[in-house]
Parts: sequence; C-alpha cells; structure tokens
Amino acid sequence: MSTSGFVQEKDKHDGWNRPQVMEPDGEAELLEVAMGPHHPSTHGVFRMDVALDGERVIRLKPVFGYLHRNHEKLGETQSYLASMPFTDRLDYICPMTNNWAYALAVEKLTGQEVPERAEYLRVIVGELTRVVNHASAIGFLIQEMGASGTPLMYAFKEREKILDLFEELTGARMMVNYMRFGGCRVDATPAWLDGVRKVLAGLPKFADEFENLLCGNEILMARCQGVGILKPELAVNAGITGPMLRATGVNYDIRKVDKYGIYDRFKFRVPLGDHGDVYDRFMIRLLEMRESFGILEQALKDIPGGPVMDPKAKLRGFRPKPGEAYGRIEAPKGELGFYLISDGSPNPYRYRIRPPSLINLTVLEDMCLGSNVADVVLIFGSVDIVLGEVDR
Amino acid sequence: MKTAEEIKAAILAAVPEAAIEVVANPSVSGQHSLRLDPSHAFAVAKFLRDDAELSLDFLSNATGVDWLDKEVSEKVKVPRTVTKTVDGVETTVEELVEETRKRTIPGCLEAVYHLYSVAKGHGPVVIRMRTGNRTDRVQLPSLTPVWRSAEFQEREIFDLFGIVFTGHPDLRRLLMWDEFKDHPMRRDYVEPDDFEYEPTAHDEVLVRAQAHRARLAAQEGSGA
Repeated sequence: MSTSGFVQEKDKHDGWNRPQVMEPDGEAELLEVAMGPHHPSTHGVFRMDVALDGERVIRLKPVFGYLHRNHEKLGETQSYLASMPFTDRLDYICPMTNNWAYALAVEKLTGQEVPERAEYLRVIVGELTRVVNHASAIGFLIQEMGASGTPLMYAFKEREKILDLFEELTGARMMVNYMRFGGCRVDATPAWLDGVRKVLAGLPKFADEFENLLCGNEILMARCQGVGILKPELAVNAGITGPMLRATGVNYDIRKVDKYGIYDRFKFRVPLGDHGDVYDRFMIRLLEMRESFGILEQALKDIPGGPVMDPKAKLRGFRPKPGEAYGRIEAPKGELGFYLISDGSPNPYRYRIRPPSLINLTVLEDMCLGSNVADVVLIFGSVDIVLGEVDR
Repeated sequence: MKTAEEIKAAILAAVPEAAIEVVANPSVSGQHSLRLDPSHAFAVAKFLRDDAELSLDFLSNATGVDWLDKEVSEKVKVPRTVTKTVDGVETTVEELVEETRKRTIPGCLEAVYHLYSVAKGHGPVVIRMRTGNRTDRVQLPSLTPVWRSAEFQEREIFDLFGIVFTGHPDLRRLLMWDEFKDHPMRRDYVEPDDFEYEPTAHDEVLVRAQAHRARLAAQEGSGA
C-alpha cells in the first residue's frame, strides 16, 4: 500500500484524535455501570466505567492499577540480570518475547554480540510464543461470544504442547527466564528440535480447524463484522501496534521495519486487514499464526551449531557504560519496548517498559462509543491484553 | 534518516525561536536526543509530526526520568594573595591556588519521548523536556493533542513522577489510587510505614509497626 496514506490530515481541526462526545437520545437518565474489576470478560482485574443510554455506550473510561506493583521501581533497585526473570511476569502468556525485548535493549546499550545459534533459538521460541498467544486470543474471543469453554480448550490443547516444549527447554512452562544479554541460557538438544518439528507438523491442521470455526460461523460473523471499527489515522496517532494496527491496513511490522535479530533472513508476509473491525483483528491473528509456521520451518531447517552464549558476555558484575538505549521488538500483542538509562552502576538508573497492552487500550473508548454494551466485551477482547503488562 | 544535528537545523528553520540542544548519548546505541525548551515544545512537536520529510507520526514511548540534585566536586584555580618571606623581606604575591570546590547541579524531572515514522519507517528520534525543578516548577506542555498515544503515558508520568502536563485533556492518576499523595517513581521516594505491615509482624517490620503504633498513640494523645 502507499506509505503516506495514514499521515495525519494536517490538523483538520483541533481534537480530531479525541473520542467524540456523545449525547443521550431523549430524556432518559444515563445508567452508569462499573464493568469490573471482577468481570469474567476482563481477563483479570480491570475496570471500565461505562455510561449507558439504554443499551448504547455513551462514555467509557478504563480504570487501571489493580495489579500495579511498580515493576519499574523494582528494576531500578536490582542488577540488570536480576530483572530478567521479572520480565516473565509482565505478559505471562508470552514470557519468551518479554525476555527477548529486555535482552535486546541491554544488548543495544552495551553492544554485545549474540551468537548465531542463539539468534535462531530466539526466533524459534519467539514464534512459538506468537502461536501460543494468537491461539489463546482467538479462543478467548469465541468464549466471550458465548461459546463457553470448548473452543478455548481447543486453543489451549495446542498451547499445552508448546508449553511442554518450553518446559523441556528451560525447566518452566511459563516463567521461563530463558534469554541472557549475549545469548540464551541453555542450548537446545537435537531431541528438543525434533520435538518442535513434531508439534509444528500438527499446527497447520489446528489452524485450519480454527479458521473453519471463524470463517464459517454465521453467529460469529454477525457479532464481529463491522463492530469496533478503528480508523488507520487514529491507530497510528494513538500508538496502536501489533495485529490491532495491521487490521486497520497499516503495514507496520517491527520484524520487517527494524529487522532486529535475524528476521531479514526469513521469508514471511505481513497480513493486513481492510476494515479495522473485530473480525479483521482475529483474522489477522490467524494469518500471522500461519506465517509463524513458515518462519519456524525455515529456522528449524537453517539452525547452525555453535555456542548459545557469547563467550565474552559478562553476567555477574555487569556494569554498562553510562548512556541510554531504547530497544523494541514485535511482541505478539504489539510493540514491546524497553528503555534503559545506565549511570555506570550495576543497577539501571531508569528501567522503563513500553507496554503494548496499555497503549492499545488508548482507543478503547473510541471503538466502543455508540455500540451495544454486549459488544464492549467483544471489542475489549479483540484488543488482547494481559493485565500483568497493563498495570506492571 | 537525518541525524540529530540535521533534525535540529530543520526544526530551527521552521520554528526559529525554539531553543534546542543536542544531547549526546555515549552508549553504543547511538540514540542521541534533542532537548526542547518547554515553551516551544508544542510547536516543535507539531512540526516533527507534520513535516513531509520527517513525518514522525508515531509516538512509541513516553516516560519520565527523575534527576536528583547532584553534588560534583571540581578543582578550580583561585587567585589568592599570599604573604611570603623571601630573603628576609616580607612580600605579598598574587598566586593561583588549586582548590576543590563542591557545586550542586540542581535536580529536575525529565520527560522523554521516542518517536518513529510509520510512513517512512525510520526512527527513533528522541526528544526530551526538563522541568524547572523537582518541587514547584514541574509543569511541562502535554503532547497528547499532537500524539494521542501520550494520553495514558503522560498520565502515568504525572502519577509516578509528578510532572504536571498542561493541556492534557484528562490528567488523573493512572496506576495509583486518586487519594494517594506521593509519586512512587521518584528516586527519593520513601514508602510510608503506615500501611500494609504484616498482621504477624516480625524483625524489621515489627520495629516499623511498633514505631507506627507509638506515633498513632502520640497523635491521639495530642489531639485529645
């Protein structure tokens, strides 16, 4: 697509990027509802203060902080290495990509080299994580539409297989603590790589099954299509990233743009949506999953031997030179960035996480205004957030 | 992509009254930044977004940094009159004497923004703004009207660092509760001892709990 179509339309008027102000029809009183913090659709502890005119949403304010533990402050009080296991707890569905983003930021700060085999292993576990995340996100969507349990369990069946692989590799299903600055913690055995090949062989069939569930289901289409539309100009301006941005048709995948790691070696396409509605967001996730299978195949074919840690890498007594670095990757949920300032001491002076989940919620109100309250649950589900990362 | 110096020149061509300083980043990442003066930051931000060549339409990350007062000791040569006895004759001589002096660099709060261009695929361009001090002159212009993605992130900075963003459409605390008084991400933040001590306190917590109870008792005594 053309690269300039979504540049802001030169300030058509002030406040074009704000949610529109909605007035209730008629004389009826507004009903103010607090959806959450304990609502089954909120995936955790999150609240939306909604003002309703009948069934129509007039105003919606998200309320955060129920899971806030000041992760960033914690990062400042401990060494660089000690923060690595804590990154697992941010987006606990995809710990591998959190590790990767942090390792990448530190490597930018210090200029450490990553051995080739470690880069391949990072891509393999990163893409497996993407499959896990997208499968569960789709499962949760169908659950939120009312198909309780069964479709989600289909998704979790595949997820378990991949989590078993993670357990075999790192010792933990979810809190993996796998990557290090300058490589990965442990090497993969040939048997493990064979295990990945075996799981990968079953994944396309699973994706077909899931796609049938999505594309062929009339109820699902009626509920999803044309709901929660997001415009590309607003999406870019509001910093939306990941499948949600690409569903609006903006071609921006950090794997292609930054080519971090070794992503320039793989052939894959970036799926784009047309309408920016809930249906597009989930179709994008399905298509991205299929692209991930392709990347995994290529990585498993090309993976070289060699060390997985830079022999010069220093983990203990690690003191980067003063300076700062911002490193970002395309995590399954969007752009995950780490911003580090070093003052030459063993602890970072500033340790900041750019959470895709929180920033993708910026436009939640814009997407929900005017729609029915039942659709709010769906639109919120299509953003795909994890509260561990939103509140940090 | 343009270097920081070139971007500075481009900004000065468009907003001539802006004061911009290039802040070098000594680390290998090479992400140098531009420090804007708060009074012209809004105009500069608009220019960065709308300029056809830069078109930094995507604000990725906005965050705060707390810089405490920093004491530096430096050696300075000071002229001084010294009385010397040369060959039995007392003379006064002007001499340069080396002296170690301590100087305090006043602290400030800083907001840092990382900009990218989705249209052109380049970035990051880092811009930063400093407040006057850490106590009462903590206002900075909000860039939310230019980039909507700053909305929650500036609220978070306001919450955790205490920078007040003027022109922000909805400046409330984001993560802490509304009644909370302090700003937890500040470097000199001390967590209050009067909440969340363990019911079965021991060790250090016990000492804190006892001190807290004593303080409460004293308050009650003085109030009565």
